[in-house]
Amino acid sequence: MNARFEYLLRLGDDALILGQQLGFWTGHGPVLEEDIALTNIGLDQIGQARAWLTLAGKTEETGRDEDHLAFFRDQSEFRNALLCERPNGHFGDTITRQFLFDAYAVALHAGLSTSLDPEIAAIARKSAKESAYHLRHSRAWMVRLGDGTEESRRKIQASVNDLMPYVGDLFHSDDVTREAVSAGWGTDPASLRHPWESTVAEALAEAGLDRPGPGPEQTGGREGKHTEQLSFLLAEMQVLPRTYPDASW
Amino acid sequence: MRSPDDWLLLLEEVPDPEIPVLNVVEMGIVRGVKSTDSAVEVSITPTYMGCPAMDAIADDIRSQLGPMAEEEGKSLTVDLVYAPAWTTDWLTDSAKDKLERYGIAPPGTTADKRALNGADPVVRCPRCKGKQTSLVSLFGSTACKAHYRCDDCAEPFDHFKCI
Repeated sequence: MNARFEYLLRLGDDALILGQQLGFWTGHGPVLEEDIALTNIGLDQIGQARAWLTLAGKTEETGRDEDHLAFFRDQSEFRNALLCERPNGHFGDTITRQFLFDAYAVALHAGLSTSLDPEIAAIARKSAKESAYHLRHSRAWMVRLGDGTEESRRKIQASVNDLMPYVGDLFHSDDVTREAVSAGWGTDPASLRHPWESTVAEALAEAGLDRPGPGPEQTGGREGKHTEQLSFLLAEMQVLPRTYPDASW
Repeated sequence: MRSPDDWLLLLEEVPDPEIPVLNVVEMGIVRGVKSTDSAVEVSITPTYMGCPAMDAIADDIRSQLGPMAEEEGKSLTVDLVYAPAWTTDWLTDSAKDKLERYGIAPPGTTADKRALNGADPVVRCPRCKGKQTSLVSLFGSTACKAHYRCDDCAEPFDHFKCI
């Protein structure tokens, strides 16, 4: 197993799947500004995905580039966290998913900024600026919706309760991450739990929302065990390049 | 034979596709030019990772400088680099003036990273120069801009995010 390739796929697939999901909001945002915001964030995620997957392709040395990795892998070959493939749902669901992820991404990119691998550190330092900005946006919405009307509070609390069990993959350590840590180019996912927890707890408190008690967490995304939602997403994302493999604009 | 500085001057003729009052050198997108016996190598860095203008910028550089490189019997390559990460600090004062005249409120002088930390910076309206302005949305017409409204003259405007 090529641990560096696997590790980079995880980084790239999280960003790719989340970016694709946000892209579905194009033309469907609750207000024009949020339509633009969600798709702008999606664009940043796709940009990060391109950088990670390009690097993954170079690491693998079999000639697969970013497009090949994005469009010609099947569901079981994707390594994204289950959280990223949760359905868009309503605006509050999307914002909660984004907030839980952004809080993680800020800690992740800070950790990877000191990677001994200069290529990984470069992408992480660039991404860190973007993830901080994303967190500012998603956190503000958590507070606004939690501290809003009775209805907004009820809905966003339900989103938090629904999504919290899916964060497990983000903090899951295994042989790949252990090699990443011992070789000095990756971060230990388990070490990100604490900073993530404090960001989340602080925002939920400000929003007047309850932090659901610790419970069982779903994992499996890092091993390619996904929910059916991902297959629908991949079908739409991949149909064009698979139907016309050499198509160009 | 042109020197790297000559190539840099030529790159100043390439406008940013989204903000045509600035060229790609003023924007801080061009990070370096190397000229060898056989090649001219231009390094560019994205303002934002997903900035869709990067492909257009690389194409523009190739189409404007390519023929001149060919005259010298050289190839022209445009490479994307991520480090050091682009920052609005690389915009010169004259570039910021041009932005404001174009109707985009420029980023502040910034060791000030308040935009990232949550506090709203004071953004001056590029039209009436009023300082009573409100953030409408953190995200504007392109990845590098936020959307503001002037409370004095009531005009909406873009603000170049400070990163």
